[in-house]
Amino acid sequence: MQHNEPLNDRNVSEQSPYFYVDIEAYPTTGWDKFKQVIKRSFKGELFVGLWVVMREMIKFDIHTVQYPKEKLPIGPRYRAVHKLLRLWESGYERCIGCGLCEKICISDCIRMDTKIDENSRKEVTEYSINLGRCIFCGYCAEVCPELAIVHGQRYENGSEQRAHFVIKDDMLTPLDWLTSGQQAEFPGFGAITPNESVTKTPLAY
Amino acid sequence: MNEITITIDGKEVQTQEGEFILNAARANGIFIPAICYLTRCSPTLACRICLVEADGKQVYACNAKAKQGMNITSTTATIETEKRAIMEVYDVNHPLECGVCDQSGECELQNYTLEVGVDKQTYSIADTHKPAQNWGLIHYDPALCIMCERCITVCKDMIGDAALSTVARGGENIEAAFKESMPKDAYAMWNKLNKSLIAPNAGTTLDCTNCGECTAVCPVGALVSSDYQYSSNAWEHTQIPATCAHCSAGCQISYDIKHTDITNPEAKIYRVKNEWNYVSLCGAGRYGYDFENRNVTKDPKAFDAALRAFKNADTIRFTSTITNEEAMILQRLKEKFGYKLINEEARDFKNFLSNYSTITGESLYHGTLKEVHEADFVVSIGTALKTDNPNARFAMNNALSMNKGAGLYFHPINDPVIADMSKNVTQFNHAPLMEEAALYLILDLFADKTAIPSSITEYLATFHSMKTITVEETVDEKVTETVIKKVLNEESGLEEEVSEQVTKTVKKKVSKEVEVDENRLLELLSAPKGFKETLTKYLAKKSTFALMVGPDLYSHPNAANCARLVGLIEKYTAFSVTMIPNLANTLGVALVCDVDEAAGAFTIGYNTTGNFTLSALGGGDLDMPALNQQEGTLVSIDKRVNPTNVALPYSGYVLNDIASALGVSASLTVDYTSQLPINAGFKAVEFDTLPNHYTNAGEEVRGYVLKSQRSDVNGDEGIQPFAENNALEGSLVYLANPVLQFSPFTAASHQLREEGGLYVSTDFMNSNALNTGDSVRVKTAHGEMVLPIIHDSKINGDIPYLPMFDSKINSSALFGDYRFTTVSIQKV
Repeated sequence: MQHNEPLNDRNVSEQSPYFYVDIEAYPTTGWDKFKQVIKRSFKGELFVGLWVVMREMIKFDIHTVQYPKEKLPIGPRYRAVHKLLRLWESGYERCIGCGLCEKICISDCIRMDTKIDENSRKEVTEYSINLGRCIFCGYCAEVCPELAIVHGQRYENGSEQRAHFVIKDDMLTPLDWLTSGQQAEFPGFGAITPNESVTKTPLAY
Repeated sequence: MNEITITIDGKEVQTQEGEFILNAARANGIFIPAICYLTRCSPTLACRICLVEADGKQVYACNAKAKQGMNITSTTATIETEKRAIMEVYDVNHPLECGVCDQSGECELQNYTLEVGVDKQTYSIADTHKPAQNWGLIHYDPALCIMCERCITVCKDMIGDAALSTVARGGENIEAAFKESMPKDAYAMWNKLNKSLIAPNAGTTLDCTNCGECTAVCPVGALVSSDYQYSSNAWEHTQIPATCAHCSAGCQISYDIKHTDITNPEAKIYRVKNEWNYVSLCGAGRYGYDFENRNVTKDPKAFDAALRAFKNADTIRFTSTITNEEAMILQRLKEKFGYKLINEEARDFKNFLSNYSTITGESLYHGTLKEVHEADFVVSIGTALKTDNPNARFAMNNALSMNKGAGLYFHPINDPVIADMSKNVTQFNHAPLMEEAALYLILDLFADKTAIPSSITEYLATFHSMKTITVEETVDEKVTETVIKKVLNEESGLEEEVSEQVTKTVKKKVSKEVEVDENRLLELLSAPKGFKETLTKYLAKKSTFALMVGPDLYSHPNAANCARLVGLIEKYTAFSVTMIPNLANTLGVALVCDVDEAAGAFTIGYNTTGNFTLSALGGGDLDMPALNQQEGTLVSIDKRVNPTNVALPYSGYVLNDIASALGVSASLTVDYTSQLPINAGFKAVEFDTLPNHYTNAGEEVRGYVLKSQRSDVNGDEGIQPFAENNALEGSLVYLANPVLQFSPFTAASHQLREEGGLYVSTDFMNSNALNTGDSVRVKTAHGEMVLPIIHDSKINGDIPYLPMFDSKINSSALFGDYRFTTVSIQKV
């Protein structure tokens, strides 16, 4: 069945706050070009901009965000450094070790180690993402059948070397965070869009 | 077999008369779905998905035989409905845990569900709780099992263990309404599926030779290797086509490799896979894959020491677990520096072959294991078949079970595995050194007496004598008697008494004196009672004969005579003769190297002991790569030169480095592939051009087949009479390996690691009051050692054996050349 994501209407119409900027026609003849150069050189437009800067500097009315003291909130669909989530009810790891993220990763930067645990379940012992290669495309989060790997909000990746790895311990929600409600359920990338195409599995028993 | 033409979906297809439609279609690239069918095994008819319409009649492609001019349609509306219903039924209650299942997408259930396009479920039944079971090397999850019974089929028809069967499943019955509403075949398939589960015959765990072929054929993740479970996904592996390095069968395998873990990018072998439709692996091949020489770096000091040792040495002693190219390097070194090359088993095999060719004029034996598979009368002489070459055992079992065949097994040690193959197999547990009698017996029974030299006929006649014996026979006798009957007279309506003559046949026992021909060879071979009658029964309707001879003959004190007898059998009987080489590349080494008889004073040992040792097992004076770390070719029992590839990295020195430093130079070891001796049957082809795969039709496209060289024979076909009184008597011991072991390399792999000892049967333990854990002093004419007792349930009788795989136990030091010797065993 065809599944359509709801899209915002981006058409520019008369009702919308968008308007066209006046753009002069480009000069075609040599004389017109010459006139444009003279006009731009002597009209003093340069000082208009400089004056604005000067004025605002004197007034101490600063409009820029004072990063890193101050940070902008980011949208839920923003794709920053990955997180591994836990199940709310039991606190178990959501990741079942299916390896789909590893398979779909187009920059081949995910690796995981799995083994059979004492309860005969598949246990993910190690999980790593090479952030030096990751292009933050979000395929891993999208393919994850358990909503286990998601993109978090941490976008600061500065490090001494290009290949910086995040491993399972860095990404997995600590248990005390879970109990204190700090694990954010992620409405953004990879989450299911509720609509009629998603139904419960029919089981007669 | 006649070549016939059939039409499948409008395409004209050439095939053999009597071939199954499914196989004909597969060989010609026409897709017919099938889940439960295994090539080379009998059709199970469990899945019923291979439905086709042949000449307007619905049949199962896996068991319907092709006939000339047959017109087959692989799909009709009814068939589509059936297939759809069958796949829906398979999906009923199948756990939706594909994400963690070890089949990880290599799943036939998944493939066919998608192929048929199941997007809705019509059927349902209450699920039952089916806990997973651990069978040692194998893990069974009944919840995932779709009851195709491929595991049971392969275990019975191919392997010969018959260790698995179906048991009751329990749970509810299918709702009666479905019987009416469902397509017929889908209902029948579901009915069968809903009644059974797989279980080992031995109860909670398996009693078998642990080949693991059941896990290979499982279409879903129900049967998996316990070691592999949840360790990796199938799609992550790079598959390295290779040739198994353990025995002379030279099975085609693929090493599945992947990085070791997230911190170590070095390749590691996770499992071994095989083309199970065309080649079956034994447990050593499947589980003994990580025998590589790990963490080796180039050690210039050890290399210099090696060069000095080569300068001082006059002898190179080596085993046959090397490639042809390495053997070629050794031969070149011999030619240049005059080293003596010592390799006893290759020497014995080479001598055996050359004695054989004095009769046949061919440098190589004629048969292959494929011919054994196709035979209906199989004889094995002088080999502990299941451990010397497991594939030869599979071939014999396959022939017995698929071709309604019969077989004879000549070996001093009684083998329950052979006995379980078929009821039409007779074991001759003759005394050691009586192998010649077995060969004479084959000549006596099967040779064309008109063609065979008269001296042999006369010699064979000396074993026959006429003897009068009294036999009891049941004879049919006709007895005529008069009986009085009451008959209704139709005219008068009254009953009248009429006397009538009646002839009856009465069975009567008569004892009779008859003259019978007695064959003393049978007595010498301890033939079971009534063998002559059994043989007559066996030989009814038999047309294809195969003989396998093994290593017991090559090191036999009268090996030369044995070889000539084998040659005579090849020449004057209908048997196709296959010889089982001792180790992975014994045949190759025997053809490439001029091996010497006696060693000199200073020995270089390659994978064996010497004054200076080169070792692929680690722990030697200079490390060498193991066979999964190097490329090269190996010669198999089928006389095929098979390529093997590098699966794991190796960064130390190789034999070619030493040879190059000594002046026998080549840039790569595989440069020698094209230089292998043409006069021994090799071809001058480059290594990189050698293929290594099977086609859909099952054709083996691997390497190339050696060309047997013709030589002139002098016409002397005389043989020596054998000494009947030479049989080894008393307490004996045999030199052989237990199941799953071939050499120190198998024992080095983590799943097969074990300590050797003296392997004894249950009978032996009972009669000598021994328990597991006891130690015994084993003393022969050549030496003595103290070893622990190990119980082997897969042998019978009172001959124990000593292993060759454990490098800590130098078993061969207790033996002469021959594999049997007298022994005294005392508990300590």
